[in-house]
Amino acid sequence: MSGEIRVSENTHHVVSPRLYAVILGALLLGTFLTVQAAKIDLGRWNIVLAMLIATIKMSLVILFFMHGKYSPKRTQLVIIAGFFWLAIMLGLTMADYTTRHPEPSRTANPPAIEIHRA
Amino acid sequence: MHRTGELYGQYKTLEQQKETASLGMWVFLVQEILFFGGIFLAYTINRHQYPTAFGISGNMLDLNLGFANTVVLIASSFTMAMAVWSAQTSKKQWVALFLILTLLLGGVFLGVKVVEYKQKFDHHLIPGHSFDITYCSRMPAATCGLTETDHTKEKNEVDEGIKLEGGETALNAHAQLYFSLYFGMTGLHALHMVIGAGLLLWLIVEARKGRYDENYNTPVENVGLYWHFVDIVWIFLFPLLYLINRHLA
Repeated sequence: MSGEIRVSENTHHVVSPRLYAVILGALLLGTFLTVQAAKIDLGRWNIVLAMLIATIKMSLVILFFMHGKYSPKRTQLVIIAGFFWLAIMLGLTMADYTTRHPEPSRTANPPAIEIHRA
Repeated sequence: MHRTGELYGQYKTLEQQKETASLGMWVFLVQEILFFGGIFLAYTINRHQYPTAFGISGNMLDLNLGFANTVVLIASSFTMAMAVWSAQTSKKQWVALFLILTLLLGGVFLGVKVVEYKQKFDHHLIPGHSFDITYCSRMPAATCGLTETDHTKEKNEVDEGIKLEGGETALNAHAQLYFSLYFGMTGLHALHMVIGAGLLLWLIVEARKGRYDENYNTPVENVGLYWHFVDIVWIFLFPLLYLINRHLA
């Protein structure tokens, strides 16, 4: 609040190309791993592992490519709030859909209207 | 968007001005996260409801093309990040170079997508009147460019699916749900890429005039944020659409 005027806007953290290259390598490795993991039969854990790898890849992109790690706290709060709302939307809706009774048969596949009548 | 890098009256410092632009971009991206989130939710609910039809449909996508496109898009995110770095360090001629590379990689992605869409058209996998999930398994293997082994696998999967779903009509109905979501999700993603390509063109023209350096690079950074976001959407689309049921194939 000293009334100081900066002559440059370049006060942001500059991420080095070396770190960008490391992140690129990690993302490519993750892509390779997720394809290999998908070919192994892990039962219901296939989807969990796939989403885990995707989430790690996303975190790397946000933290480094998008400078999330070096952003002001206010911006970081906005990012976290976004995912919090997303979690509410996905979590509560799926909690509803997966616990409705009577559970509609997965194999017979009754028309959708039957599900909502329950 | 202000285009000169001068300090506008409502801000105290250039840093504050830049942070405001960045915050605004993030608020927009959060809205985009929720926009795509709703579609991912629709996909999850339907996948949960019709796992058989969705599994069979997902295995009909071309894994090699999907994998190649993921690599291309990640590489384009890297070149975009390098464009931002070039601007931040005032390497003016590199800014345009990295932006052009990003645009080219984005073009490759969209080109591969066109090839994939065409394949789905040939295989009767466009939802609508001529949709037929059994098409490739009924025709000789060469019709859909499958090897004999893959053709047999697909035939077994489809036969199993008809049994589990309780008839070919039901399987086709639910497989169309999958492909509607597939085209909806990848189509919206591709639309974002096309918009991104337009933004890149604008940045390239400006960068070639030497507009962006360490003192002013907000447009490069914010378009970069957008481009990375589109990459993140694909990072989730790829496993969800292509991979989930591969272990059963």
